[in-house]
Amino acid sequence: MPAVSQGPAERAPAERTRRDSVWTRLRRSRAAMTGLVLVVVFILLALLAPVFSALTGNSPFAYNPDLLGPDTAPAGPLGGISAQHWFGVEPRTGRDLFAIVSYGAQVSLLIGLAATVVSIVVGVIVGLVAGFYGGFADRLLSRLTDVIFGFPFLIFAIALSATVPASVPRTLLLILVIGFFGWPSIARVVRSETLSLKERGFVRAAAAQGTGSVRIIVREIFPNILATIIVFTTVSIPGKIGAEAALSFLGVGVNPPTPSWGRSISDAISWVQVDPMYLIFPGMALFLVTLGFNMFGDGLRDALDPAEARSESAAAADPMSAGGQP
Amino acid sequence: MNRTKFIAYRLLGALIVLFIVAAACFAIFYLMPSNPAQYSCGKPCSPDRLAEVERYLGVDQAWWKQLFDFLGGIVVGRDFGSGAAAIHCDAPCFGYSFRLRDSVTTLILSRLPVTISLTLGAAVLWAIGGIVSGLIAALKRGTATDSVVMGAAITGISAPTYLLGLLGILLFGFTLNVLPIGGYVPLTENPAMWAFHLILPWIVLAIANGAIYARLTRGQMLEVMSQDYIRTARAKGLSEPIVIGKHGLRNLVLPLTTLFAIDIGGLLGGAVITEKVFGLGGVGTLLLEAVSNLDIQVIVGVTLFAAAIVIIANLLADLSYSVLDPRIGARR
Repeated sequence: MPAVSQGPAERAPAERTRRDSVWTRLRRSRAAMTGLVLVVVFILLALLAPVFSALTGNSPFAYNPDLLGPDTAPAGPLGGISAQHWFGVEPRTGRDLFAIVSYGAQVSLLIGLAATVVSIVVGVIVGLVAGFYGGFADRLLSRLTDVIFGFPFLIFAIALSATVPASVPRTLLLILVIGFFGWPSIARVVRSETLSLKERGFVRAAAAQGTGSVRIIVREIFPNILATIIVFTTVSIPGKIGAEAALSFLGVGVNPPTPSWGRSISDAISWVQVDPMYLIFPGMALFLVTLGFNMFGDGLRDALDPAEARSESAAAADPMSAGGQP
Repeated sequence: MNRTKFIAYRLLGALIVLFIVAAACFAIFYLMPSNPAQYSCGKPCSPDRLAEVERYLGVDQAWWKQLFDFLGGIVVGRDFGSGAAAIHCDAPCFGYSFRLRDSVTTLILSRLPVTISLTLGAAVLWAIGGIVSGLIAALKRGTATDSVVMGAAITGISAPTYLLGLLGILLFGFTLNVLPIGGYVPLTENPAMWAFHLILPWIVLAIANGAIYARLTRGQMLEVMSQDYIRTARAKGLSEPIVIGKHGLRNLVLPLTTLFAIDIGGLLGGAVITEKVFGLGGVGTLLLEAVSNLDIQVIVGVTLFAAAIVIIANLLADLSYSVLDPRIGARR
């Protein structure tokens, strides 16, 4: 008992100074702070979408044919930007583009964050079980991890969303599919950290006292991999957001009329010459939120573990799939 | 001897994974509530005709027999229907499109040159560009050069390929009018036009993927250069280029080979997004067309094909290890 009960008491003050220094280091990194600001801006944009909508009286679903020219492109310069329509309007329908982008942020962040939670939960459980129990469980799970890791995610997701019955809600399907293919990378990292923690004194001491394995995992190992999990969660989000946008871009994401940046960008293809702003606003929104999460994630990793950060910086660069962008 | 055993192990492993993936694809796409015969039946679909199509496709059989036919088709080919209306599908049969009246294998092969041209050209660009810029950033660590390269890399990673592609089309195609906005000319027909049409897609794919290589190269290089043996090599009086080239770079070969193999494998199965943006009729476009026509045999066939390519790419990466790193084969 003494060995274990001393553990947390000893670690508590160290834990606090560590957290302080993490925040100090984060604050010193201009890139990380820029990233954080971008992320906060987009979270606010998503949360306040209904507020903006109420203030300006623009809904993402309301057609405004009177704002379009004879060629159904927005009337007026820069895609019809005005005091009433901050980002202009959508060609062909005249729907308010700011409302589409802000409600699109809700869809994007909801699916991105929920899919990240799915893959982190699955990955952490798989990694802990494989690393802690070893043997057959490890071999089976590691093999499974390899298979999923090497799977052509995008191709499979396209095929699946084309054949799944329409009765399954799209948002849920996307969260599950994107989440399911995202867990192998975190599982690998958690497994290897668990393997090395298992040999450490405080874990062996707990085991020697007859502490149950579930309790050891939860009380001794999990708190020590939490920093890794937090970093991984942050760097995983942009990949998930990008996956939703890519699927919507390809026409197999969220169904219209639910706004989605990816679908807007896809619709913008045929308008790119006449109305480039229709591409620029949703495109920039997607780019900036991805950039924000990437920059903040990089900074967080450097701040939490400067030594380890260098070697892992690229491994987690593209957590969505083993391959790069198709 | 050990190396032979290692290769045999890996080959067997890849075959097992391939089998599992094929069975999983079958289970997900053919055993789901949606009836594949419904998709192939056409409209209007009378109950009589539906039953006929079901019999023709063999989906009225027990599931294990269907699985057997499906896997058998891949290995030795199969026949759909019987008698005069029978259609033979040669091995490896990934399915048969009744809409396009051709086997999925033939369809994929007819589209593959486009995808291969796109992938390999881009791969050359991103491998060279990514690795060189990553090396420069690592060697000039902490300088303005490092910041610029890494800033460009995080921008490249954050920008989706389709956004880069569309902006490229807008700038070089419409505004400057110096590059074609899409389309594909076969290499055998006109090599100059082939490259001219592919240059923008190559660059776009290379930016998005090269950024990852730059980050990986820089990270690995910094890690390696802080090792004791590098200090030893320097202390011995070796010149810096030899330290970097012989002792540093060598350690980058393994991780970069894996990533490169998997990336190329992933793209050969269909560079869906880039193909769509630039109107290139490759394997990815074949899949998207099949999706909009609900041509399920093609959907499943392309998925399986893509998975097979990735598994083969992984296998090749594994096998190249035993050549690149003699310790791997010997330890087993």
